[in-house]
Amino acid sequence: MLVEALILSAILFGIGTVGVLVRRNAIIMFLCVELMLNAVNLSFVAFARYLGIEGQLYVFFVMTVAAAEAAVGLAIIIAIFRHYETVNVDRFNLLKW
Amino acid sequence: MADLFFYILAAVALGGGLGVVLSRNPLGSLLFMVTTLAATAGIFVLLEAHFIAAIQIMVYAGAIMVLFLFVIMLLNLGHDYRQDFTLGVGMVSSFAVVGLLAGLIARQFRGADQALLYDLFPGPEGMDALLAERGAVGAIAYPLFEDYVIAFELTGILLLVALIGALAIAKRKV
Repeated sequence: MLVEALILSAILFGIGTVGVLVRRNAIIMFLCVELMLNAVNLSFVAFARYLGIEGQLYVFFVMTVAAAEAAVGLAIIIAIFRHYETVNVDRFNLLKW
Repeated sequence: MADLFFYILAAVALGGGLGVVLSRNPLGSLLFMVTTLAATAGIFVLLEAHFIAAIQIMVYAGAIMVLFLFVIMLLNLGHDYRQDFTLGVGMVSSFAVVGLLAGLIARQFRGADQALLYDLFPGPEGMDALLAERGAVGAIAYPLFEDYVIAFELTGILLLVALIGALAIAKRKV
């Protein structure tokens, strides 16, 4: 089941990447980043089945960091929405030249 | 039997992932994401990671996704049906080319002596023995509080910093 799980993980990671590149809604881009994190978690757990328990430990840490990242990122989205009244990232061009 | 369950859960996870990207409504994306997370938790169970599967459901599909739901409903984005796709053909195809190259390079490193490398690791039988001896939670708890205790404490500090930072950013008057 290791190879199948790794293939599924790679496909999910690719879907998440395409989502970040294709969508312009900041919240959906955020969800796609979570999808990529989840795909990496899947490959960690699949390797942990064969190579030792440490893989599951790393999943534990990845989830903690994902929770922190979601909290801070959503706070930033709320602050940006107050300013621009939209979450479309094409409208946030202050740092673009 | 386990293979059958794996393929069913993999199909659900892939469908949910496609739904996240293709759904026009942010709420639909979010609910597809919960589906994907639940299916992945099922795959974790098939890979004998019961504790991680429980955490995935409770923390990820429960807490983090509800946080997203709060923000979507707070900002009233639920009926934002406008198309927001961009045709990032160049970006997507460059990602595909880079991925293909990385895969080809990784194939070159498939060593002939990998069996020797695998002898260092427990393998499924060793993992089953470990889980039978300590249980699903104990198998993670022993290394977490012995070898990785510093990383564990630093994670606690990280959560505290994120909590304060999120409050400071979201409360500020812009």
